[in-house]
Amino acid sequence: MELFVFICASVMVLGGALGVVLRSNPVHAALSLVLTLFGIAVMFVSQHAEFLAAVQVVVYAGAIVVLFLFVIMLLGVDRAENLETEPLGIQRPLAIVLGFGFVALLVTTILQGRDSLNMRGDGINVASDGDHDANIRQIARSIFSNYVVAFEVTSVLLIVAVVGTVVLARKRKSDKDLTGVTA
Amino acid sequence: MLATIVPTSTWYLILGAVLFGIGMVGVLVRRNPLIMFMSIELMLNAVNLTFVALSTKLTDINGQTAVFFVLVVAAAEVVVGLGIIVAIMRRRSEISVDDLSALKG
Repeated sequence: MELFVFICASVMVLGGALGVVLRSNPVHAALSLVLTLFGIAVMFVSQHAEFLAAVQVVVYAGAIVVLFLFVIMLLGVDRAENLETEPLGIQRPLAIVLGFGFVALLVTTILQGRDSLNMRGDGINVASDGDHDANIRQIARSIFSNYVVAFEVTSVLLIVAVVGTVVLARKRKSDKDLTGVTA
Repeated sequence: MLATIVPTSTWYLILGAVLFGIGMVGVLVRRNPLIMFMSIELMLNAVNLTFVALSTKLTDINGQTAVFFVLVVAAAEVVVGLGIIVAIMRRRSEISVDDLSALKG
């Protein structure tokens, strides 16, 4: 059963990833990205990381991809782009060779080092019949005790991001003068 | 017989490596900044998958905490990046990162 889930999720993840890279229409690419993100969420569940699976769906599929689609529609670039022409002829083969080489390097490292992976943490509480939210409670204890400073800094980061985006996306007066159009 | 095979953490790590490679090729090949951003999201997700796989393998919850922070940073990064893209595209109709060579002095 676990094998079946793994194979289905792998097909989702890899198919979606290839869709992002290969589809010429940005809207199709964004929808392929949703497929990949759901596949990752399935893998989180199968590894007993239920909280992260929920956050993955809410934040990525619910917020980030919707933001992507918003921008695609806003800019009006939802038409297929031409993927045949390539200004730098060598770039594409070089990139593919680099990608394959990097993956080979990573896989070799993983296969070499898999025997040195031993349990060394304090243990993970897995949700059971009597304890449905063990995972959430354990992550919460970790965030609000060991990493509470990082958590607080995160809020500063989010505020800075919001303010920065408002400043960037604001329509300046000089823009209107240059283009002569009001949006 | 197939039912007895259980995917180990090595499988998840290899899948994460392949996903990272696909995202890397996407960033290197595509010229549309939006698609490049999506490829970066793919790479971030590959890293998240690796974090969770190792967290399960090493029975250490800190890996999952790291994924939580990666998610927050990814959200902030996308917001700022898309803001920059919108600001650029307001000036230029074509959407290609090659146009940014106009910034050359």
